[in-house]
Amino acid sequence: MTTTTAPLADAPPDPAPVPAALKRAARRRRSVPYLLLLAGVAWLLVFFVAPMVYQASTSVQTGSLDTGFKVTWHFATYWNALTEYWPHFVRSLVYSGIATVLCLAIGYPLAYTIAFRAGRWRNLLLILVIAPFFTSFLIRTLAWETILADQSPVVSFLNRVHLLDVTTWLGVTEGHRVMATPLAVVCGLTYNFLPFMILPLYTSLERVDGRLHEAAGDLYATPFTTFRKVTFPLSMPGVVAGTLLTFIPASGDYINAELLGSTNQKMIGNVIQSQFLRVLDYPTAAALSFILMAVILAIVTLYIRKAGTEELV
Amino acid sequence: MTTPSTTSEATGDAVRLTGISKTYGSFTAVHPLDLTVPAGSFFALLGASGCGKTTTLRMIAGLEDPSGGSVRLGGRDVTALPPYKRPVNTVFQNYALFPHLDIYENVAFGLRRRGIKSVKQQVGEMLDLVQLGPLARRRPHQLSGGQQQRVAVARALINKPQVLLLDEPLGALDLKLRRQMQLELKRIQTEVGITFIHVTHDQEEAMTMADTVAVMNAGRVEQMGAPADLYENPASTFVANFLGTSNLIEAEVTGVLGGTLHLVSAGQKLTLPAARSRADVTAGDRVLAGVRPEKITLAHRDDEDAIPAGRNRVQGRIVDSSFIGVSTQYLVDSPVGAELEVFVPNVERDARLVPGAPVILHWNPEHTFGLDAAQDIDAGTESDDEPAPGGGGAPAAAGAASAVPAGGAGGAAA
Amino acid sequence: MRPIRWLRKNLVVIAGVLALAYLILPNVVVLVFSFNKPKGRFNYTWDHFSTDAWQHPCGVADMCGSLTLSLKIAVYATIGATILGTLTAFALARYRFRGRAATNMLIFLPMAMPEVVMGASLGTLFLNMRIQFGFWTILIAHIMFCLSFVVTAVKARVMSMDPRLEQAAQDLYATPLQTFLRITLPLAAPGIAAGALLSFALSFDDYIITSFNAGNTVTFPMFVWGSAQRGTPVQVNVIGTAMFAIAVVLVLAGQLAGSRRKAKA
Repeated sequence: MTTTTAPLADAPPDPAPVPAALKRAARRRRSVPYLLLLAGVAWLLVFFVAPMVYQASTSVQTGSLDTGFKVTWHFATYWNALTEYWPHFVRSLVYSGIATVLCLAIGYPLAYTIAFRAGRWRNLLLILVIAPFFTSFLIRTLAWETILADQSPVVSFLNRVHLLDVTTWLGVTEGHRVMATPLAVVCGLTYNFLPFMILPLYTSLERVDGRLHEAAGDLYATPFTTFRKVTFPLSMPGVVAGTLLTFIPASGDYINAELLGSTNQKMIGNVIQSQFLRVLDYPTAAALSFILMAVILAIVTLYIRKAGTEELV
Repeated sequence: MTTPSTTSEATGDAVRLTGISKTYGSFTAVHPLDLTVPAGSFFALLGASGCGKTTTLRMIAGLEDPSGGSVRLGGRDVTALPPYKRPVNTVFQNYALFPHLDIYENVAFGLRRRGIKSVKQQVGEMLDLVQLGPLARRRPHQLSGGQQQRVAVARALINKPQVLLLDEPLGALDLKLRRQMQLELKRIQTEVGITFIHVTHDQEEAMTMADTVAVMNAGRVEQMGAPADLYENPASTFVANFLGTSNLIEAEVTGVLGGTLHLVSAGQKLTLPAARSRADVTAGDRVLAGVRPEKITLAHRDDEDAIPAGRNRVQGRIVDSSFIGVSTQYLVDSPVGAELEVFVPNVERDARLVPGAPVILHWNPEHTFGLDAAQDIDAGTESDDEPAPGGGGAPAAAGAASAVPAGGAGGAAA
Repeated sequence: MRPIRWLRKNLVVIAGVLALAYLILPNVVVLVFSFNKPKGRFNYTWDHFSTDAWQHPCGVADMCGSLTLSLKIAVYATIGATILGTLTAFALARYRFRGRAATNMLIFLPMAMPEVVMGASLGTLFLNMRIQFGFWTILIAHIMFCLSFVVTAVKARVMSMDPRLEQAAQDLYATPLQTFLRITLPLAAPGIAAGALLSFALSFDDYIITSFNAGNTVTFPMFVWGSAQRGTPVQVNVIGTAMFAIAVVLVLAGQLAGSRRKAKA
């Protein structure tokens, strides 16, 4: 043998000690993540968590702006809020639910086209999807007022082909107008949150290897079967993320209902906003947002569990 | 054979590990280990994935803190030094070239960090050494695997480290390129005279390149020595099976006579030079008698009388044969063991040697080695034999990944 | 037979193009109506072509002031959220520590919370602490809701980085600080840039949360909202179109620079 050493047969009775400097370095390293987190987590704790807790206490206070508010464990606020505004809750969930389904139906083909069929146009199409973000969404929602105005070309066309008669029969429009109807609000919600659906869909579709389509085709799958059995399941993370990113903000939105709807299309966001900013009934506003938060969290938790995706967190 | 840690801090040692160990929770990646690497040598740490060889290497580099023990480089204790203060450099698995820097800046990186201003000449010379001069302004992703590998070597070597650590440096290359790079690395090592410590799971690679090989298994060094020495005189069944292949025959010692052990296995008599037995045995003990497949000659039973006297003989029947060009590989079932392997060079092929044919295996008793029968006879066979890890380039998680037992992360990725 | 087969093959693409039209249509309307000269106060129906609004973009009282304020808030909020978010993202992506799961949850929650809830509760807190609403309350709120998006963007990038690159730098004599500046930061830059860009867009465009925390301060979205009741001036369309054009030009320029660098290298 050229060297003179060999392994120890077994662990030595007294293992060599770890140098103190190493121990110090290890201890220092353990504190690094906490130092990094400090500012960000503190910010969220003070300006996100604390307000939520405070909100909870506000919701059981009574009083007025003049006399001041006191915690009186007045749970009746919740009851009153629910009995008075349950239609708005239901409306919010129904409108945002429909908008989410529409976003999926409209967004999926576009995401699929960009991911698999766009070729060298891919980047341009992506820019076009993101670009509307850069025009204030209020301005774009106001543009829908123009598009859906009673004398607008779009509405005239819909009237001429009697499509509005159908939607009126379905109860989503009234007479020969689109503005100030459920259709307008859902249309606006769908439009506003469509990019939030398309981008996660695209991200997960982009990761799907195009060769999988060929493999599926090789194994006797029709294009539709390939989609149903291969592409769609693989894009599930995108579907879950997209639906959540659409549904959550849509359910709390009040801008579309305010600008495109009438008093009959008010959503829960409108109620919270007016209770807070106009009626100045803070306990009711707090109770309503607490209920909304609870409902959303319950739906999201159930949905994530059902869809079996933990990638979001 | 054991070197006490009290011996002089010999100037001839590039690396000396004393009782070094690494544990992750309850999993022991490296058992307390002593290892000395002589200066100027090409040293290979050989073992299957998860055996602790990469962890050992990373502890030398300072990328992993040992749970106990010390690391000395050229006599200096560096155990507590961070990687950037150690005079060693590493060629990483999959190279870890900086993607946002070009080749020139990758190679110059270490010099610049040490505050050396004029790097042009040195970088130029180093790129010439690895024959990459014209590609200096390319980015790593524009290079082929073999070129990236050479950049990684140049980037480490330019710092003239006391020791160059190579972590599976050829694992991501295809077979032909790997052969070429083995010679290339050997040439560079001879040229610069720096100590190389090379971690690999490929026994052929280790034997081709290194002058000393340490075979590791389950966090321990099984055996260490020159490649030919390890091959001819394996000390354990693991080494016998992992380094090439061995036929291991379980036998009983019937007597010891004049430096020769007389054995019997399934009624067949064998002899073994006592000096070549790792097990200290006397009559009545059991022993494993080993012989390499290429040492065996295969004769048809009809030719039994032509076999010279004094050779070890085993009767059997061919079950399978595969032609592999320079030789033919036979599998022979015999009373002493199933599926004995025999390599017969293709000089004059005997047409009677087909599956089903009765044969006699015979070999020079001097070529037999003896091992302790208390070991697992199959240690180091194919179940430990894994494909090159990380060939696809998926970055293994943190350093801890190197300590995951075989069949964990690596197996799932495959 | 031919046209039907073509239709079947390209059905997805046709649906995709229609979806894109739906997305782009309002921007086209905004562009067209920025050249309108409406009869009344409401810019809903086309009257006749005019470049008046483009020649006098600040011709409306208070609009450009609110625009400047929004830009200022967006810049500060972006800087704040990017710094805090990047630090947090590094901790989450690079270290295993007690409380990591809880921190991940804390980062996720603001993104899963309707804006109206966040806005109302933060507003309630400020109100009861008797903190004066205005620039600072808006900025605090904006950093709060941008933070999670930065963390998500940077974390994804850092997690996809090969940790061996930093080990290689350390092996090549780079101190931890040098490693961070020369290797980690340049490699994480695309994620940080994405997070910052998103922050800017979110902050600049936010109306809901701002409306609960602004008091009498008027940001650009709040100006637009207010004007919607009284009749939106054409200049709002001019600003909307200009922002759209600037953004598209910047993105295209970035892409061009990126591809040119790739070609050169």
